[in-house]
Amino acid sequence: MTTTLPVDEKKDDYSVIGKNPHRHDGTDKVTGRAQYGADIRLPGMMYGAMLRSPHAHAHILSIDTSDAESVPGVRAVVTAKDLPDVESKIAELGEGTINLRHQSNNILAKDKVLYFGHAIAAVAAVNPHIAEEAVALIKVEYEVLPPVLNVRKAMQADSAILHEDVRTDELGKKGDSPSNIAAHFQNQIGDVEKGFQDAHVIVEREFFTSMVHQGYIEPQNATAQYSPDGQITIWCSTQGSFGVREQVAKILDIPISKIRVIPMEIGGGFGGKNGIYLEPVVVLLSCKSGYRPVKMTMSRSEVLAATGPTSGSYIEVKMGADRNGRITAVQAMLAYEAGAYPGSFVGAGMGVIFAPYRIENALVDGYDVLVNKPHTAAYRAPGGTNAAFACETVIDELCEKLNMDPIEFRLLNGVKEGDRRVDGPVYNRIGYLETLEAAKNSQHYRTPLEGSNRGRGVASGFWFNYGGKSSASASVNSDGTISLLTGSVDIGGTRTSIAMQLAEGLGISAESIRPAVADTDSVGYTEGTYGSRTTFATGWAAYEVSNQLKEKMLERAAMIWETEVNKIQFVKGVFLYGDKQITFAQLASRLDETGGPVVASAAVRPEHSGPAFATHIVDVEVDPETGKVQILRYTAVQDAGKAIFPNYVESQLQGGVAQGVGWALNEEYLYDDQGRLVNSSWLDYRMPVALDLPMIDTIIVEVPNPGHPYGVRGVGEVPIVPPPAALANAIYGAVGVRMNTLPMSPARVVAELNKQKG
Amino acid sequence: MNKKVRVQATINGEEVEFLCEPRQSLLEVLRETLGLTGAKEGCNNGNCGACTVIMDGALVNSCIVLAVEINGHRVTTVEGIATPHGLHPLQEKFLAHAALQCGFCTPGFIVASKILLDQNPNPSEFEVREWLAGNLCRCTGYDRIVRAVLDAAQSQEKSL
Amino acid sequence: MPVVWIPSLLRELTKGERSLIVEGETVREVIENMESRYPGVKDRLCNGEQLHPSISVVVDGHTGMLKLRQRLHESSEVHFVIAMSGG
Repeated sequence: MTTTLPVDEKKDDYSVIGKNPHRHDGTDKVTGRAQYGADIRLPGMMYGAMLRSPHAHAHILSIDTSDAESVPGVRAVVTAKDLPDVESKIAELGEGTINLRHQSNNILAKDKVLYFGHAIAAVAAVNPHIAEEAVALIKVEYEVLPPVLNVRKAMQADSAILHEDVRTDELGKKGDSPSNIAAHFQNQIGDVEKGFQDAHVIVEREFFTSMVHQGYIEPQNATAQYSPDGQITIWCSTQGSFGVREQVAKILDIPISKIRVIPMEIGGGFGGKNGIYLEPVVVLLSCKSGYRPVKMTMSRSEVLAATGPTSGSYIEVKMGADRNGRITAVQAMLAYEAGAYPGSFVGAGMGVIFAPYRIENALVDGYDVLVNKPHTAAYRAPGGTNAAFACETVIDELCEKLNMDPIEFRLLNGVKEGDRRVDGPVYNRIGYLETLEAAKNSQHYRTPLEGSNRGRGVASGFWFNYGGKSSASASVNSDGTISLLTGSVDIGGTRTSIAMQLAEGLGISAESIRPAVADTDSVGYTEGTYGSRTTFATGWAAYEVSNQLKEKMLERAAMIWETEVNKIQFVKGVFLYGDKQITFAQLASRLDETGGPVVASAAVRPEHSGPAFATHIVDVEVDPETGKVQILRYTAVQDAGKAIFPNYVESQLQGGVAQGVGWALNEEYLYDDQGRLVNSSWLDYRMPVALDLPMIDTIIVEVPNPGHPYGVRGVGEVPIVPPPAALANAIYGAVGVRMNTLPMSPARVVAELNKQKG
Repeated sequence: MNKKVRVQATINGEEVEFLCEPRQSLLEVLRETLGLTGAKEGCNNGNCGACTVIMDGALVNSCIVLAVEINGHRVTTVEGIATPHGLHPLQEKFLAHAALQCGFCTPGFIVASKILLDQNPNPSEFEVREWLAGNLCRCTGYDRIVRAVLDAAQSQEKSL
Repeated sequence: MPVVWIPSLLRELTKGERSLIVEGETVREVIENMESRYPGVKDRLCNGEQLHPSISVVVDGHTGMLKLRQRLHESSEVHFVIAMSGG
């Protein structure tokens, strides 16, 4: 069930936006015709396979590939020796930053392996089975080192060290000895000590979460063709083709102009397919094997063991409130696993943790911590879910002590325009309070929950959202349709949500647009589909294109009627001049007589992306014998700014909830004491199936983002932020135990119940 | 190199003949030899259902069936679901309900749902969820998929 | 003149000052002017002549995509926050 609640004062009058056309790529995707990365087959194509480390932490003493090379059918073997020595410099890739040497070593380990599954060498052979057999013949000598597996132990001075060259960075100041703490961040505002003195109630708790994976169904894959003239073509599954081009160019030290990246359809990403793993390797294999194309696809075990999950974490939270329930002070410490190389999303977690609340006194410390696990990657509102789990359950405890309704508490303390974030900046128009009001007035919240061992939980969440660079180009076809090219990979219906913004501007139907995802040689630079930015930023580029096309078509109409442009009106796809009129499609058929083709292109980098807020309500029943948590009802409320393509906005909310539920109740990386991942299959890393979930109701609140022509706010990420906290609060309501560890698996719930019994 | 075996089968209603190694899975042969890439590899060990196909009327994960096992049998893949007249009602309803995001799991869901409706034309929500519990979707939270299948069942009932 | 909020980890260089009123029409000018009053600030915020990649500048509530070249107004509020992206 979906409800949409526009908050805009003036009623909008859109003819395309807010409707639900069939998505343009829909038929290809329900018939199996859509071509994903691994579907590619090229003449003479060979198959790659990777040797991976069985150890979590070891020096590589030697690698002998001679036996593998002599297997019939093997055409090339590569190791880190085939990669150029890149400097230890920080490169800016799109919005993120990355240390090139670290990334290079992550793609093929040089002298040290840093996690179980770390890539060491790759083989290309005429079929995948031969490649795998050859990989097994590669001999590696290791000097095994003690693995560092626990985030708090990693921070201690006596811990084994992953990188001798890493010193703790504190805003540009480096520590003087090697440390697994790659960085310390801090946000501070007001006077925390005084704030806690003013508190009537204080709750202080600690929280533990494990690494979890994005769980996209399509494994990483890449195919490369190295041409004798040095030109390289890469077909791959990525969230951002331009990002792949930049990263491959830097890792292989070749100009970007030599590389063309063709993004195939992508089977999910959620942040995990921004970075690269296989691409440089298949390029090298193709080059070394006599310019044959090489395809490499990860197995599911490789995906789980050796691509970037999101950080496990240790978090301490202390919050105080006065008698009336006003927050007087907050304090938090967040330690996030970065994995094998620096760069977790702890900074984002620090930004998310108290973001929904108006707080005068705050101290938040964050630590980016190296451990012998895969290098973490973004995962949907990266860093946010861990942080919200901690804050939002502490708030639930405060509400209990204050005897306050959790939504009333949030309404009292919630942020609105003009309030200041804990890291300093002031909010513009946001819709947090509107999500709370909608939650409070929802059918769900107004219906009492009855029955034993049942409980209701509420939690809120925040995400920054991002703008970034996007380009679009379009040409008007003589039948009145428009061919639209963008560089935005379509993971969940964005071809259509972008096309709808172009169509709206021209008063034509969404079906009149022919949107395509172009490769890196065919459209302007466009950042990846991440940061909840695509409908917002690439949609904006399409809006700019619509304005240009409108101007150009007005000129053509003026030519036909032999009048001035400013005497012609353009209303809902029809050009009007006196009592004459001509539709957009009719005019499009007359381009030849008025000067030839009409095309337009635009590049944008909007800054005012407009943060997203969500409030979730969940009812659960807990089986006190087994600890199993059954979700009875779920409602996700979210400010979407303006829902361009509502079915797919709703689907983002539902999908975010489902991932959040998996994180909350089942999913976690399990390592043995030697740092070997023991649950690297979907049998053991259990993601929610259809039977685990109820229907997920959504309420879309629309508080238009003043920073977008159609009011769009990104919607993709924030829905994963509240679920674990909402479920923890519901479990408390059901059986009276406060869960401080994710996942809240049956065993953990039973353990807490047993403690409660004493 | 392993000796290849000759296999004859009916795939999507057409007689096909191919050579394969005994170790090759049905999924590998469908995708790499026969060019039927609608069935997807998500896990290659029978956990995700992205490679679901129909073998003699029963659902199988083609990643854990050997290609040689289909000798003499009938296989239907997602490419064989649409009719010469257009999309199958399930495909129509997946589009109408926006029951997909990335679309990678979609072929498996369509194929699995087809057998459900063939066997149980009027399933309950629980029956749909139980039947589809062998197919993983990470994007949608299943809500819209379940609705699409229930709606397809209703529209099929009506058209009978 | 613009107000610059000083990140807590930098306050050791600004004698504990939490915010400074600093002349400057761009972020670069503001940093240069801070540097002349509190030597060492620039080196902490910048990597050579560029803003350190791990830092974002937020001007009047929005991330300044032009970074050091971001224009400021008389009443601008400038923050240096942790750079981040999304999933």
